[in-house]
Parts: sequence; C-alpha cells; structure tokens
Amino acid sequence: MGGGRQMEFLQQMINGLSLGFVYALIAIGYTMVYGIIGLINFAHGDVFMVGGYFGFFAATMLHLPFIPTLLVAMGGAALTGVIVEKIAYKPLRNSPKLSILITAIAMSVLLENLVRLKMTTDPQTYPETLLPAHVIRFAGLSIDNRQLIIIGMSILLVVILQFIVFKTKTGKAMRATSFDKDAAALMGINVDSVISITFAIGSALAGAAGVLFGILYSSIDPYMGIMPGLKAFVAAVLGGIGIIPGALWGGLIMGLVETFSKVYISSSYSDAIAFSILIIILIVKPSGLLGKKTREKV
Amino acid sequence: MFKKKMSLLLSMAMAVGLLAGCGAKSASTTGDIKIGVVLPLTGAVSSFGKSGQNGIKLLEDQVNKAGGINGRKIKFIFEDDEGKPDTAVTVGTKLISSDNVVAIVGPLTSGSCIALGPIATQSKVPMITGSGTNPDVTIKGGEYVYRACFIDPFQGSVLAKFASGDLKAKTAAILYDNGNDYSKGLAEFFEKGFIAAGGKIVGKETYATGDKDFKAQLTKIKPTKPDVVLLPDYYGTVGNIAKQARAIGINAPLLGGDGWDSAELFKVGGTAVNNSYISDHYSANDTASLVVAFQKDYKAKYNLEADAMAVLNYDAAKIMVEAIKTSGKTDGQSIKAALQKTNLQVVSGKVSFDANRDAIKGAVILKVDASKFNFIKKLVP
Amino acid sequence: MKKEFRNTIILLVIGVILFLILSFLMDTEILNRYYGRIVILICINVILAVSLNLIIGITGQLTLGHAGFMSIGAYAAAMATIQLNVTFPVALLLGGVAAGLIGYLIGLPTLSLKGDYLAITTLGFGEIIRVVITNIDQLGGGRGLSGIPPKTTFAWVFFIMVFTILIIYNIARSSQGRAMMSVREDEIAAEAMGINTTKYKIMAFVIGSFFAGIAGGLFSHYLMYIKPEQFGFLKSVDLVTYVVMGGMGSLTGSVLSTGILTILPEFLRFMNDYRMIIYPIALIVIMRFRPQGLMGTKELSMKIFDKFSKGSDEDAAFKGK
Repeated sequence: MGGGRQMEFLQQMINGLSLGFVYALIAIGYTMVYGIIGLINFAHGDVFMVGGYFGFFAATMLHLPFIPTLLVAMGGAALTGVIVEKIAYKPLRNSPKLSILITAIAMSVLLENLVRLKMTTDPQTYPETLLPAHVIRFAGLSIDNRQLIIIGMSILLVVILQFIVFKTKTGKAMRATSFDKDAAALMGINVDSVISITFAIGSALAGAAGVLFGILYSSIDPYMGIMPGLKAFVAAVLGGIGIIPGALWGGLIMGLVETFSKVYISSSYSDAIAFSILIIILIVKPSGLLGKKTREKV
Repeated sequence: MFKKKMSLLLSMAMAVGLLAGCGAKSASTTGDIKIGVVLPLTGAVSSFGKSGQNGIKLLEDQVNKAGGINGRKIKFIFEDDEGKPDTAVTVGTKLISSDNVVAIVGPLTSGSCIALGPIATQSKVPMITGSGTNPDVTIKGGEYVYRACFIDPFQGSVLAKFASGDLKAKTAAILYDNGNDYSKGLAEFFEKGFIAAGGKIVGKETYATGDKDFKAQLTKIKPTKPDVVLLPDYYGTVGNIAKQARAIGINAPLLGGDGWDSAELFKVGGTAVNNSYISDHYSANDTASLVVAFQKDYKAKYNLEADAMAVLNYDAAKIMVEAIKTSGKTDGQSIKAALQKTNLQVVSGKVSFDANRDAIKGAVILKVDASKFNFIKKLVP
Repeated sequence: MKKEFRNTIILLVIGVILFLILSFLMDTEILNRYYGRIVILICINVILAVSLNLIIGITGQLTLGHAGFMSIGAYAAAMATIQLNVTFPVALLLGGVAAGLIGYLIGLPTLSLKGDYLAITTLGFGEIIRVVITNIDQLGGGRGLSGIPPKTTFAWVFFIMVFTILIIYNIARSSQGRAMMSVREDEIAAEAMGINTTKYKIMAFVIGSFFAGIAGGLFSHYLMYIKPEQFGFLKSVDLVTYVVMGGMGSLTGSVLSTGILTILPEFLRFMNDYRMIIYPIALIVIMRFRPQGLMGTKELSMKIFDKFSKGSDEDAAFKGK
C-alpha cells in the first residue's frame, strides 16, 4: 500500500539521517586533522569511544543531566585528542607518512585496551533518564525524539564550528596553517598551538558524537569506535578530505546509504555496498565530492 | 654499527627465547595433576570466560580441599583464547606441548572448539567443552573431543516447538548475526524446527557483528506482524535489539538461546527484554540440592550470582576430574575411556555421552521477566 | 657469476642449512609442538610481509587490504582440496592465482589513486571481500570453513618462504624492480622518464597478492578451520606493521620484524590482560625513536661472502652492513 511504503521510506530516512549525523561529527574531526597535518588519525574513532565513556561517567557517577554530560564528554575527548597528539604525533611530524600511520593505529589499539582494562568488554548502558525516549507518532511515523535531538544537536555543533573557523582569529590561523604550514609559521602563527586546537576541536566533536551514540543505541563498549571510525573516515574522504562541509555531507551520505542498503538491498551486504559505492565515487572523482582537483606541481 | 649490533642482539634474543622455553618435560606421575583450561578471558565474550573461570576455580578449591585426585592435587592452568579460533589453537598447543596437561576443559566458543578439537585428538589429550553448542565441535573434533552441553540443532528445535506448541505462534521473524557461527547456526535450526511444526517464517534479517543500529532491519520486520521474534545472539547485542524493537512498536514475545543468559542482559536491555523466552542449560530456580549448594558456594566465594557459563564450565571440569579419578591414570587414552562411560549428576543435570560424544541432556525454557530468568518447563531429547 | 645469481645460491644454501637445523630441533622435540607452531606461523607471516613489502616498500603503494588476498587464497585453496581433490601444490597455486587475479581486477581501477585514497580504497576492498565471503554459504559463511585437511608441514612452509624471498629479492634487483622503486621515489618524474607507472604498480600489486594467496592457502591447510573474521582490517594492519617495523623496502627487515612481532605476543602471554597495552606502546616507542624501522631500506650485505669461503653461516648471516 502506497501510503505505508512512503511512511516506511520517511522513517528510514530519519534513521539514516540520525546515523549520518553521528558519522558526520566524527568525520569532521578526521578531515580537520588531515587538512592541517596530512595525517589519517586512526585513533580518532577511539576518541569517539572515549567521549562516550566520559559521558557515561558524567551521567552515572555524577548524575549530570544531558547538556553538562555532553560538555564533559566533549572536554574529556578533547583532552584525550590533544594528549594523543602531543605524545604520538608531534614527535613524528617530519617522519615518513607510514610511521605516523602505524603510530596512529597503535594509539587506537592502546586506547581500546586501556578502556577495556578499566571497564571490561561488557557493554555499559547509558541511563534512560539522561534523555528520555519519547516515541513521537504522527502520520504513521514513529520518530524517536532522541533522533531529532541528535540531528538538532549536530547541526548546532556544525554551525558553531563554522563560526569558529570562519569568524574567529583562531579559525583564520587554522585555515592559514592548513593552506601552507611554513608560510603560516613565517607569518607569526604558532603552528603547534593551532594544531593542538584543531585536534581539540575535532576530538570534542567526536566526543559529542560518542555521547549521542551512547544515548541512541544505549550501550557503549571499548570497541564501539572501530566501525563508525572507519565509516566516518570514508565519509571524510568521500566529501573531500580536508573540507569540513565535505565531511558533513559525506557523513550524511554514509548514514543514508547504509540504512537504505540495509532496507532495499540486503542487510548482510550493507557494509560491502557502502564501501563499494564509495570506492566507485573515489575512482570517478578522487578528490571527493566537494574537493577540487589539485594539480601536483613538480 | 648500531644496526649490526641491534640485529645481532635481537636475533640472539629470539634464539634464546625459543630455546629457553623448551625446558625439561615435567613428570606426570607425581606432583600436581595439571588440567588445561581454554577460555575467552579477553575479547567480546570475556564475561562468559570470566564466569567460566570462576566456576572452574571453585571446583579446584573444592576438589583439593577434599584431597584432590587419589592424593594428588589438581591444578587448572588457564589460557586466554580471546574468543578467536587460531589463538585457541596456539594456547591449546602450548598447554599440551609445553605445560603437558593431561586434559583440557574448554574452549567456550564453538569456533574455538572446532579449531582446537582436531589438535587435541591428534595429541590424544581429552578435551571437554561445557558450552560449544555447534554440532561440528564433536563431528570435526575427533575421538578425544567431548561436549557436556546440548547442541544447537536440539536447542533450535526446542525453541521452535515451544514457540509453536506453547506460545501458539504461527509466524516468526528472525534477526541474527550472519558473521557469527553461533547466531547463524541457531537461527537455521530454529527455522527448520519451526517450519516442521507448521509455522511460517515471515521475516529473516541479518546484521554484522558489532552493529549497533538495527532500526532498518526492525522497520522491515514490523509490518510482517510476526507472532514471535527470534534473536539468537549474545546478551550485549540482544539487549540493544530488544530496546530498539520495542521503541518502534514490535511487542511480540522475543525468543532467544543460551547466549542471553547473563545478568548483564538486564543492564543493557532493561524492561525491553520482558515477555521473552529462552532455551537454556539450567535454571537458577531449580530446587535440586546440587544447584542450591553450587549457588551458595559460588556466592560465598565471589559474592556474585552464578550464571549459566559458570555452571557449565564447573560441570565440564567436574566431569573431567571424575573421569581422571575413575581411570586411576593420567594418560589420555585411559582418561578418554573413563570419560566415555560417564554417568554423573552435575549441577546442570544428569550427564552421559552418546556415540558422538555429545551429552544426552535436556534443556529448559526460561521466561525473561522483571530482571529474572524464570523457569517455565524442562524438555528432554 | 652475476652478483644476483651468486647471492641467490648463497641464500638458498643458508635456507637449506637453517631448515635442517630447525627440522632437527622440531623432530627431536627440543622445540616442542608449541614452538614448532610458532615457527610455522612466522614463516607464513614472512611470506605475507615480504609480499606486502613489494607493494608498500618497493613500489610505495599503501595498501590496507592485504589480508583480503590472504583470505581469497585460503578459501580458494581449501575449496580446491575439498571439492576438487587436487594435490596440495596445485591447491596452493590455485589459491595464489585466484588472489592474483582479484588483485589485478582491483588494481586496475584503483592504482591510479594516490596515497591515502589508495589506502582507504584497498581497505574498503578488504572489507568487501570479507563481507562477501561471510555471505557465501558454500564457504561456510560466518560459521567458517572446517574440515580442511592438514597438509601444511614445516618443509612446505619454509621452502615456500625461501622461494618467495628469493623471487622478490630478484624482482627488486631487476629492471622492473628499479622501475617500481622509481614510482615510489617520485611518480611524476618516473612518468616523465617514460616509465609506464601504472603497469609497474599493477605488476607489484598482482605479484604481492599472488604470494599472499599462497600464504593463505598454507594457513588454511594448517589451521584446518578458517573464519572470515581472521582476515579483516586488523589483520591487514598487523601485516603493514610487520613491513614498516622492518623497514620498507628491506626484505631482511621484514623477515626480522615478522619474527619478532610473531613471537612477542607469545612471550607476553603471561601478562595477557596487559599484552595489548604493552604491545602498542612498544610500537609507538619504536616508531618514535626509530621510525625507519629496523633496517631502513638496507639489506644484509652479501659482500662478506667475498671474504669468507665457508664459516659459521649463522654468524655471517647476521653480520649485516
């Protein structure tokens, strides 16, 4: 029956968007870091996970309500991201790309296992009371209010980010450094601080995503960052690595593609399909959707 | 120079390390009787592994306090297989060849059992698993592999019969992890049993291990209006799925297998898992004296409620210890012969082995309600 | 005689001697089954590392999907043995060819991508392969493929390892190898010099995948039971670690680092809970203080053999330059 189908489609659309925004928040962090120092920060997915756990602590130990929990998670994640940068990436700034990659991967495994040691592999549950679920039913749709809040929250965070990047001095410094690190340094910009700030902001967003994820799917575990991290990374590349709006669109597309391929094609192949479509896009337009073809000068 | 020195040093370290490990073979006729244990102490199902470890350690205490086996103390040597089959083989081989254990208890996951079984048989070391429910464990494992629990075909058909007969379900939907052998196996056996009982499968959806978002699949299942929904996976995932299912309005009773059995289920699933039924190995409500005594001892030692994994591993270890005691010897062949003749009442029921070395054991159906698993009925094969 | 040829013979001789020593140790149980198993796993991992080094180290193409080719070889070889009842060497060959073929099909469109994009595409393909295998019931899917006859022995594994090292060594020293290295160093300049970079990239990719497939076949006939999860992204990452730790472009380095990194988890097994914390920390420290890996891009020098006629071959082998 047509009406039912449409409703289901809309329902899945919302499912896809809320998932997509979670991916987008993570992807933005990837893309910011890549834009500044050309590094694939493999540990980023785990910063997302750490944020989720910070939020868990805030909610269960400190009994904080939603917004403070979110802030605690973002702060904790930002701190984690900056520490990782200082310990692992900064000393290797002039090393071959691949060594940094290995370090990032090692960092990722380290974070996962540190959390596992403390918290065990068992999933921890976000308290229901943090953001009580109300299923809003209208016109045959069942919308989880939390999905709407997540979408709203994510849009807000992205807007704030855009403001920071385009309307503040720090943002200007960030943009300058991502264009040309050396020139920026020569202009008096403290490149080290800029890099740390970039990590902090990107990680904070991932931390927020961690909390939203924990609320939406109610459980967190030490390995929850692996797959979303991977998909968010793909999202960042899809949108054009280094380009923030690209990461946003990339994340949304990833969320939608994943959801719809589960519904209309096959739930067992959804991961493979998601990867395939993106590989195709990369082959057809390698600089990503919003990227510009940069000519490599010799 | 540095490179030269370093490579030399490293290669020497390697060589020393390799040789250092091969020490003298310890005698197996005096001293402690060493029994190897392979469990997932880390990894995705580490809480199962920890429970199993607790159960076995409890047995160790009890047996040794009572004088051990024919005067010799027993010592369980625990190794972690991380829930991975190739790690299971590596640590299993270590237990057999380096630690010279006389027998192995475990592994816990079917995948690890299937991988390690042939090695145990090759080395003539009897192996007993308390929880590997995939039929291949004994089929592919060989002569020395024993299984102290029921198998998935039995579990699946028990669930199907219950759903069709007791719950009067005519239609069922299944949502399972097609990358997990346990989940996939149980789903398939339930389907067979349910269709055989006259039912119809109206929805069959899958997800990948580690997925958190099931809304797409659940939204697909909902309009088919199944009478029951089968979620044959472990507690962590199931709790989540149940929550999402209830949130979008699927109110049919849920079904599950022994993978649900953990106190953690309620932490993740909350009230969403109420009105569900699972097949399991034993019921905590059982008033049999062995069960009550076990629960009391377990609580006294660990201040935790015993769960199915603790019980199953305790039982498996106990069966093995009894076999060693009965055989009077510590060589593999004698122990195996004694194992085959096992007829023992353990916490999870009466155990004897059939020609396939599978335990002839019943199952129970438990109702999940209000943070408890409540006994409904018992079924025998 | 030509230097490469002489070196090949010498390496072969060293190989045979090593084999005899190790076989002796294993047969007399001085190295018991547990250690024997580690040795075999090291050999399989070396084949994987060396084949990956051809792609990453020598040709400079970052691939994160190498475990996918291993799995293709593992499954193809296993099915060939089980279904078609072919002999072991034929099964292995089929596994390698299957992997190489898929390597070619994947390489064609993707090798035009650069750097991180190539990395993520290969990662994607690795995942796709895994998901596809998980969904093919005839291969056991998520339940895994069991009942593979245990045909892998130390002899097979060791000599295929030596064979692989020798082949890749010779490729590296050939004109094709030099072309590959020029792609690594500066792709644009290489193109400008008239080198068909795509051709050499694909060549390295296909050869690398072929050997990964062979290693996979050895693996499946050793473990007797394989599951798709064993060949996921984390395994590919392991393999890349072996290569980078040893030094990209250095085959000796790959052999050494693979040996160390395969043994290390076993040594750290007693502190199992902390193993996966110490291990990555160790990696990070090594990357910090010696990011070029153990051997950088250098190999063991064969010049020593000019001076010594015979002697302690073990000794000489480790007096690198």
